[in-house]
Amino acid sequence: MSYYDLLQNIDEEIIKCMKCGNCQAVCPIYKEIQGESGVARGKIQMAKALLEGKLEYNDKLAELFGLCLTCKACADNCPCGVRPDKIILAVRAALAREKGLHPLKRRIFSVLAKPKVFRFGMNAGSIFQGLGLKRVKGKNLAQPRLPIGLDMRRVIRPLAPQSLISELPRINKPQNPQFKVAFFTGCMLNYLYTDAGKAVVDVLNKNGVEVVIPEAQHCCGIPTFVHGDMATTRKIAKYNIDVFMKEDFDAIITHCGTCIGAWAEHYPEFLADDPEYAEKANKLANKAYDFSQFLIEKVGLKRPEVSLDVKVTYHDPCHLVRGVGVAPQPREILKAMPGVELAEMKKPDRCCGSAGSFSLTHYEMSSKIRDKKTEDILSVNPDAVITSCGACRMQLEDGLYQAGADIPVKHLAMLLQEAYQKEGK
Amino acid sequence: MLSQKIIAELTEALGKENVLTEKEELACYSFDATADMPQAMPDVFVTPTCTEEVQKVVEIASKHRIPVYTRGSGTNLSGGTIPLKNGIVMGMVRMDKILEVDAENLTAVVQPGVIIQDLNDEVGKHGLIYPPDPGTVTTATMGGSVAECSGGLRGLKYGVTKDYVMGLEVVLANGKVMRCGGKTVKNVTAYDMVKLFVGSEGTLGIITEIIVKLIPAPETRKSFLASFKSLEDAAGSITGIIASKVIPATLEIMDNATIKTVENYAHVGLPTNAEAILLIEVDGLPGVVAKEAQAVEKVCRENNGQLKVAETDQERDNLWAARRAALPALAQVSPTTVLEDATVPRSEIPKMLKALKEIAGKYDLKIGTFGHAGDGNLHPTILTDERNKEEMARVHRAVDEIFDAALQLGGTLSGEHGIGMAKMKYLKNEFKEAGVEALRSVKKALDPENILNPGKVIDLEG
Repeated sequence: MSYYDLLQNIDEEIIKCMKCGNCQAVCPIYKEIQGESGVARGKIQMAKALLEGKLEYNDKLAELFGLCLTCKACADNCPCGVRPDKIILAVRAALAREKGLHPLKRRIFSVLAKPKVFRFGMNAGSIFQGLGLKRVKGKNLAQPRLPIGLDMRRVIRPLAPQSLISELPRINKPQNPQFKVAFFTGCMLNYLYTDAGKAVVDVLNKNGVEVVIPEAQHCCGIPTFVHGDMATTRKIAKYNIDVFMKEDFDAIITHCGTCIGAWAEHYPEFLADDPEYAEKANKLANKAYDFSQFLIEKVGLKRPEVSLDVKVTYHDPCHLVRGVGVAPQPREILKAMPGVELAEMKKPDRCCGSAGSFSLTHYEMSSKIRDKKTEDILSVNPDAVITSCGACRMQLEDGLYQAGADIPVKHLAMLLQEAYQKEGK
Repeated sequence: MLSQKIIAELTEALGKENVLTEKEELACYSFDATADMPQAMPDVFVTPTCTEEVQKVVEIASKHRIPVYTRGSGTNLSGGTIPLKNGIVMGMVRMDKILEVDAENLTAVVQPGVIIQDLNDEVGKHGLIYPPDPGTVTTATMGGSVAECSGGLRGLKYGVTKDYVMGLEVVLANGKVMRCGGKTVKNVTAYDMVKLFVGSEGTLGIITEIIVKLIPAPETRKSFLASFKSLEDAAGSITGIIASKVIPATLEIMDNATIKTVENYAHVGLPTNAEAILLIEVDGLPGVVAKEAQAVEKVCRENNGQLKVAETDQERDNLWAARRAALPALAQVSPTTVLEDATVPRSEIPKMLKALKEIAGKYDLKIGTFGHAGDGNLHPTILTDERNKEEMARVHRAVDEIFDAALQLGGTLSGEHGIGMAKMKYLKNEFKEAGVEALRSVKKALDPENILNPGKVIDLEG
């Protein structure tokens, strides 16, 4: 049985920790709170105490295990190869089982469990969001009018007027396609950053790739997973697997670090004991690629011919760089583009502090972590920041706005799209 | 459990945000980086932000006779920060300011919570270095490393922490603050209290400010990997290099068990059939480095060593990556890693390595040994599983014998990890009765109520 269903089964992972504390050097949360409960070592020992019956499932434990960005920096820096992220998520799942989810989360997740209701809500939200959000002048950003669950200082990307899936055709076919892919848009590209979603389709088409967008696809399920709601998470995973098993394609493409992690790592992990879905999950995992990974490893990038004359810096999304090891591929694309200067910031793979809903629930701490990232970005003085994750992009946009810097943040696909478009002129 | 009254006093002194009492938080301070140690929960965890607040904590502790366990990053390897008798754990990580870098006097003044690497990054801007470099350089605090007198890879040429601490501010067990030492190179005013507090493991006073010595960063360096078919040849090279008047910055050894494990883990191209390898680095002015490098090459070849020279920075990084992989690689073999630091005179290293091999055989244990050959500081690392009671009993007997062997060879119980609670029982073997009595007198003079890190270093009852 998976350790996400039975905490005892994480014991082998816990015992591997030699308590050296190396995780302190890289944990963004530890740097802020300077307390052992913030860092992997402390959390692992709490998990051990929990298994030994020395601690119990209570609000304090939930609060402390909530303090993790799942950025995986600890795992990456661990001399013993411990996966603290798995231990922490297993405890969160146990907490959800033993204590139940927070009532607000339970309500939100009950909607996430129903793809049609969720889609209806998001589309309605696009129409009515003006009630709670006001536009930031001159930018496609918005700030809360009322305390609607967002920090009043924060700027976010408003929902797009029309979702990507409803806006684009189901089949996007160039002449003589070499490959056929299914695009898993993820929520950020479907509802907020449709500019990036369109760029993915456009760029893939330019590279001779036919793109199918299965219209019934749903959230990847990681938001419910990181809060320990395994039942909803599995339901979503199976739903998406069913949707994509109906299609015929060479690869599933995402342009989001978290979504690719869901397909490539987590679905097989969640469904390993499921006689019906284990094999399907593995099959699809082997076909899942990040946008840049597919272009570099499978297609062979069609190098843009026109120079863009732009200095960019690249921010590595945690789940992309440490989750699935995609970091050289986006850089290879940037370096292949004429007139694009890649100015690397210090620690480009350090977490931006977003961590999805963490930035809602812990805005203060999330902002402090984000400010370090903003400082690193500004130190290389770029014309644009490039990344491969919608949640990161929204966080970076907020950080740059708060710092008074007028630097756009773009998905990698958007920069390629600009170059190809310039070619056409 | 401490009374609500005492918690209220601490809260009054430090503010609510610096006093933690919930057991989930406290559980995170019930251990440190030492394997095979009992855990113990503190009653309260406090984080002072200035010397005055440290004084207040000690005054409250002294008034109520509550133990105070001072803690930095908790990366020590002697059980030194485990709150054995409960009471207060005082975390120093929020006193983390670098107060001054004085490039003219080659000194820096830091608070105890500064991370060693952060100090090095700061002084690096002036072309200076703070040489002590324990393996935990990116996590350990200055306060912790001074209190433990950490060593590291550069001990042979550059010395250890005690060679770089020039002055201290210390809160004494009665709550008063004293200062000793200073920025002057020469200072023989009264007893050398600085040296007494360095390595005192939080048992004599609480360090609240540190003046350290800095040195100019070496201009160039050159690294080698030498592999040997026999321990004797490796040992001959170690003594031969020193005999040819070369003091390498680093002179590290790995035994065959470690080589095999590292290669299996990191695939860095180590010779798995070698009985031992030496990793050597010379540094300094370019002319000197070239001359010393020649001497090192000559000695290694004369002792039948196969030599690989790192020609580029990349090759150098690869070479040292192999050394850095030693502990991680060993640690991945089994769940529990018992890491010792018995130290012998340099010339006795071959005998010590042989003894370790025999002990491993006798108790049927996996022991990989690596360490700082240049200064005789070895790290026999026992790979075991703390859940296996029968094997742990053998581990404990093996550890006893390792210390006996080190002492018989004229060595010491601990080169750089300290005594803490892990090695207390062996102390009399090295210090004998009169020595232990003298240690006890020092402890009683400075901490008559035994409130500072009680149960560590020296047993007051015995």
